[in-house]
Amino acid sequence: MSERYFIDNSRLIIEATARAGADVFIGYPITPANLLYLYASQRFPVVLPAPDEITTLQWMAGYAAAGKLPVTATSYPGLALMIESIGMSHMMELPMVIILAQRLGPATGTATGGATGDISLLHGINSGGYPIPTLCISDPRDAWELSAKAVHIADHLRCPVILLASKETVMTVQDVDPAVMTPIEPVRRRFYTGDAPYRPYEPESDGVPPLLPVGDTRHQVRITASTHDRSAALQHSTPEALANSRRLAEKVEKNVGDYTLFDWDDDAADTVVVAYDVTAAAAREAVALLRAGGRKASLFIPKTLFPVPPKYFEILGRYKKVVIAEENLQGQYREILFGKRGRDGVRGVTAVGRLITPEEIAAEVRS
Amino acid sequence: MNGKFLSTENLPFCKGCGHHIVSQNLEKALSSIAGLSPLDVIVVTDIGCIGIIDKQFTTHTVHGLHGRSVALAAGIAMATEDPKKKVIALLGDGGATIGLQHLMEAAQRNINMTVIVHNNMLYGMTGGQPSGLTPRGFKTPIMPDGKPNIGYDLCKVLHATGAPSVRRLLALGDFTADLAAALAVPGFSFVEAMEICPSYGVKFNPNRKLDDIAKEAGIEIGHWQGPAREPYRPATHDAPASLFATEKPIAARHKAPLKERYAVVLSGSAGEGVQSAAEFLAQAALSCGLHATKKGSYPVTVGVGFSTAEILLSPKPLHFTGISVPDAVIATSADGLGKVRGLIEKMTQGTVYLDASLEAPATKATVVKHDFRAPLGGRSAVLVALTMLLDRAGIMPTDSFLDILKDSSLGKKIDFAKLRQKGG
Repeated sequence: MSERYFIDNSRLIIEATARAGADVFIGYPITPANLLYLYASQRFPVVLPAPDEITTLQWMAGYAAAGKLPVTATSYPGLALMIESIGMSHMMELPMVIILAQRLGPATGTATGGATGDISLLHGINSGGYPIPTLCISDPRDAWELSAKAVHIADHLRCPVILLASKETVMTVQDVDPAVMTPIEPVRRRFYTGDAPYRPYEPESDGVPPLLPVGDTRHQVRITASTHDRSAALQHSTPEALANSRRLAEKVEKNVGDYTLFDWDDDAADTVVVAYDVTAAAAREAVALLRAGGRKASLFIPKTLFPVPPKYFEILGRYKKVVIAEENLQGQYREILFGKRGRDGVRGVTAVGRLITPEEIAAEVRS
Repeated sequence: MNGKFLSTENLPFCKGCGHHIVSQNLEKALSSIAGLSPLDVIVVTDIGCIGIIDKQFTTHTVHGLHGRSVALAAGIAMATEDPKKKVIALLGDGGATIGLQHLMEAAQRNINMTVIVHNNMLYGMTGGQPSGLTPRGFKTPIMPDGKPNIGYDLCKVLHATGAPSVRRLLALGDFTADLAAALAVPGFSFVEAMEICPSYGVKFNPNRKLDDIAKEAGIEIGHWQGPAREPYRPATHDAPASLFATEKPIAARHKAPLKERYAVVLSGSAGEGVQSAAEFLAQAALSCGLHATKKGSYPVTVGVGFSTAEILLSPKPLHFTGISVPDAVIATSADGLGKVRGLIEKMTQGTVYLDASLEAPATKATVVKHDFRAPLGGRSAVLVALTMLLDRAGIMPTDSFLDILKDSSLGKKIDFAKLRQKGG
């Protein structure tokens, strides 16, 4: 067997975001995201310790407005403080990456306990239902590839991107094949270069307006989080301003094909096991167990959680039985995909405060 | 007036509002700076009446959240390398109190920016509610008898925080020179401009003059200077090394007889090397061509109590990292045993390596008792126990573990002759 590292995914995440061109890390410590902060302090060109999570996001927005691509890492209590500022950055159309290492709630909960309980919150993170691209890692390869992708999406779509993980997926140390560290193309920031006066929210064909940093010496730059027209002038609810707000969702949804990321191991079965984050590992072993026992089962690991790619419905629609395993109270992603009422054949495996085991998932498939 | 920095004198404020006066003074102060172009200025506005002025500025403008303009402006200022650029945050007394932390942080760091607080002593946009800066006795619609407590003194707070330049002035007449002086400060400068809101302040406090209100409340008008300091610039690492520059992959140089997944739990006291011992074991497994995972568990106060590590070893790739019942447990202290007692009681097979000082829990596992702490002290007790486990368990060669230890920072500190104990 070739050489392997013995490392945690936090190391891969930080190295990949830095290689992808993120250039500022603004940190406020919180368990279980502290390794990300530590590694960033060794790897990023600029690292700033902020005095709280609201300041963190505001400084990030300031850096992003000035043409940088900032990153932070937090967990639910910190995210809760950041949410208004994430909404602001989304409305202002500022690129940034927020790494969210989920932990056991509710509230302060257990800092060193694992969970994937922030899915519903992330689904509705913006007032009005405007989605924020959310990628979820489930193994070292994801920690490398999705982290780089998050930086590229933030730049390309000019918006905040959430890179989702959990205590288990950022802190567990494991053997990693160096081959997962494929070459990463650094993002090439494209700023407005025209001679005509810059209109900050005039979109191109992909729905994304080109960015121009504040302080530009040729054009005035206006940025705002209030309802605004394409020139960034505040408007109450003019058709142009409302269309501009609508575009914030459309640019994320319209381009989702560029970042629809999933693993799909189709076994020509009538059943598919769906899991993300740490539960994806249990799901992989559950499917292997089932197959070893002669029961066919397919495996689907979504990586792009939000916006939910239409492709997911096409894939999951092929199966009579869909078993979705996740570590939260009610099966949050299952409810988002299939509604609270669900449909015949859609089953959930959930757990709080412990890992879901491969045997539990396999039992649900067999039942 | 069509100014260089304000495109119109038709500003969006109520008749008689002090915001007009501050804005016009700011226009004049900016115009007095030789060679300054509107594109050298970034105005960041808060929520509140002053926040709707953006459209009139010919500068760059950024309009964000209530109370956060100072932090947003600080981010822009820290990211802006050209010290000639002027970053100015405009906010009201409401924004100043909701974001007091941001003011103190910018002042303490001496971030190159100017903050102007338009203190009209109440929340004008939402109906005239009192703010933290409303002076004692000042009447507002929801406190018609007057505010019972003193407003806090932003200038004193920021001066004490280390701001090089802090001013309080009455927003009356021409104070261009004060604003120009604030804008000329290299680093952080702060101006509190006192006003009376014509819609709510005047109505509820008729016939009271601004300077009388200030005097009666003991609010000083003045300029407080702090020690001159270099403006803050974030440190930059121009070419930071890869996180993998010093992280070396481990080559397989031993062979291991292990055929199935094997789970080990190490449990001892904080500060006794449990987590690093677990890493050494996992690294040794990699050097045998095995797969390995490791998880640590300890109280949030990392320096006291238990320290426990779970290690999984397997000849096949590992996905699921949970351990329901381990194959072996090592407990070297009472803290450590307390954490894994339940796990040991659940074991129906496997081996428990227990320090001689500890009483064995009821278990069907084989219990090996030995004085693990004696040979090399408490800090190496887990290493002694692990060496014994490897000698007995036949999962991988003990030499693989010793090789990793020899190459580690402990290599020269450990007496390897004492490490390997016979016993059990």
